[in-house]
Amino acid sequence: MFNFVITFALVLISLSMLALIYRVIKGPSIPDRVIALDALGVNLIAVIALISIVLDTYAFLEVILLLGILAFIGTVSMAKFLEKGEIIEDDRNRNQ
Amino acid sequence: MKTNDVILQTATKVVSLVIVLFSIRLFFSGHYYAGGGFVGGLMTSAAIVLIMVAYDMKTVRAMLPINYRILIGVGLLTAVSTGLIAVFQGDPFLTHYYGYFDLPILGKTSLHTAALFDLGVYLVVVGVTMTIIQSIGESE
Repeated sequence: MFNFVITFALVLISLSMLALIYRVIKGPSIPDRVIALDALGVNLIAVIALISIVLDTYAFLEVILLLGILAFIGTVSMAKFLEKGEIIEDDRNRNQ
Repeated sequence: MKTNDVILQTATKVVSLVIVLFSIRLFFSGHYYAGGGFVGGLMTSAAIVLIMVAYDMKTVRAMLPINYRILIGVGLLTAVSTGLIAVFQGDPFLTHYYGYFDLPILGKTSLHTAALFDLGVYLVVVGVTMTIIQSIGESE
């Protein structure tokens, strides 16, 4: 029963990731694609958590936090690129 | 146009502390669990990159006045001198030693010279990553 629930949740998350991949490919604008990639990262975290339940191991818990941090930094950098055209400014008070 | 990034900057103040603590935990858990100098160094440079994105290069340079090219040299020197300890003891190069010590607060602790080698890897990874990102970010 427990294994069935985990497998069913994995299938549902895979379907949601497929829908997000459709949005990444099809998305009419760039922000659509960025938000779909961010949500794809969150779904990947859920997949890793469920797989570490299936494999009965603690070894992937670092990967979960790592992916959360990387998804956050990637989304912030992409948002800043879309807004300002450069990701790392030299001096933000100089050229306004 | 002057933009107001107060939410990003306030979130960065909290999140960068969490990332640095996570990187230190990854570095010290490398001997017994997943982690080590490579991932720890990448996470530390991820924290610095996040501060660079939220603020600017000038602020980061005032906050961390580190020349990252020198950091690469310091890391390589640490790794090589860890191997040279064994040569002065009469053992082959890069032989590692360990022992159990009674530290004041931590109690009985196992200390290993492989952690010093890992510290060298950590410093080189932080130095290389920040050198790449800084030299790309500075070019106009």
